Amino acid sequence: MNEYPDNEHRHIVKSYDQEQNALIDELIRMGQMSAAQLEAALDVVERRDDKAAQRVIGNDEAIDALEQQVNHDVIHLIRRGPLAGDLRMILAALRVASDIERIGDYAANIAKRSMALNLSPPLPHTRGLDALGRMAVRQVRDVLEAYVNRDGEAALRVRARDAELDTLYTGLFRELLTYMMEDARAITPCTHLLFMAKNLERIGDHATNIAENIWFLLHGEELMPPRDKRDESSTTVV
Amino acid sequence: MNDARFTVSTPMRDTIVAAAPPVKIAARGLNFWYDKFHAVKDINLDIPEKRVTALIGPSGCGKSTLLRIFNRIYALYPKQEARGEVLLEGENILDAKYPMNRLRSKIGMVFQKPVPFPMTIFENVAYGIRHHERLSKAEMEVRVEQALHQAALWDEVKDKLRTSGLGLSGGQQQRLCIARAIALKPEVLLLDEPTSALDPISTSRIEQLVEELKQEFTIMIVTHNMQQAARVSDFTAFMYLGDMIEHGATEQIFSNPGKQQTEDYITGRFG
Repeated sequence: MNEYPDNEHRHIVKSYDQEQNALIDELIRMGQMSAAQLEAALDVVERRDDKAAQRVIGNDEAIDALEQQVNHDVIHLIRRGPLAGDLRMILAALRVASDIERIGDYAANIAKRSMALNLSPPLPHTRGLDALGRMAVRQVRDVLEAYVNRDGEAALRVRARDAELDTLYTGLFRELLTYMMEDARAITPCTHLLFMAKNLERIGDHATNIAENIWFLLHGEELMPPRDKRDESSTTVV
Repeated sequence: MNDARFTVSTPMRDTIVAAAPPVKIAARGLNFWYDKFHAVKDINLDIPEKRVTALIGPSGCGKSTLLRIFNRIYALYPKQEARGEVLLEGENILDAKYPMNRLRSKIGMVFQKPVPFPMTIFENVAYGIRHHERLSKAEMEVRVEQALHQAALWDEVKDKLRTSGLGLSGGQQQRLCIARAIALKPEVLLLDEPTSALDPISTSRIEQLVEELKQEFTIMIVTHNMQQAARVSDFTAFMYLGDMIEHGATEQIFSNPGKQQTEDYITGRFG
């Protein structure tokens, strides 16, 4: 696992480094779990597997528990009076943990809604969801890698790519609306699909938040808008 | 794609820069030697008026020496030499022609260990004033009371002004020393680790006092406590081995320092 800080800049109080590294490890583990949950949830939608969906829903507790652990460890570190890079590291950890926890929640919700979808015959429109899902997974995986590698440039790339996810989402939104207008029986499954798509779009926003926190962690500056936003679903009519 | 690198610094930093106060006291090309030991090396530093500037750095880095130069206390010792200028509102106070009396009335100093004079609380405060001004008994009483009020000590000592200053607690003694310094109505107040010998409650009282005193005085404080520097100061200067490594808004120094050496020092790492 990537150690922070590097060997040349260890704290004089060795337990500080140990605790800080433990916190970073927890965050990375949390991130990997939420990415795996997201992949599993999308797989469950594809395979129409209720049992697997139940497992994904149950697994979310583990991510929540890790977030509690992160919060606990942050309080512990704050008692030491961290400053400068240490302070930014802790602030970023708190924010990133909350974003990861939300990603886990959305993944679990996708699994939950897949069970509702499975009550209707398969719809062709889950394919659009699949493309959106793969894009969201990529965003989450890439931003976690940027965090592990402390790579600000990679974080900026993730942030910039969120617009593509928004475009995909808006497209799917239009498609589902049209489908519902054509066939009223599709309204229930399509509404679930819409919420699932929205979850994926929100996951992209959390990946963007994490990217901005990586930048803050490394450079002590908040990345500010303008950022290209292409989610037009809030104003879309058919 | 819009430029994703467009960033802003923290709002506080902008506020401080925008409202940069006038410079009260400034070091220009300042050097100092203890005999052959070069303790302060070519330092340029602006101390803004009615703000708190913290001096931080490891022991022996020259921060206390800098305070000693700023009130010329070193001149009392042989083989100590300062070169360069310390400008108090444009006048070089290191110049031998700058009268010591005037300097003492303009720049007050409080040391690490509170040292009340072995006399009454009232006399501790009145003593310095008598050196500089001739006041009637009534005027003196007003001045002493005013100084004790400003030092947040009045309520605790008003009923025992004629008892010895040595009978006060450590924290009270330190506030008595601050009262003694501000009784002369100085413009600059130099505090050399004023809370290092005090308990947390007395420390908080002094920190609260510093916050109040900066309405009226320009304050420089030397401290080994990073959190204290972060709490009480507006600007922070980091010194190392006699060099001024970094000087800037406290907000910036403690959240995003510019130099790796500063970062390593304030976060407790090996430099």
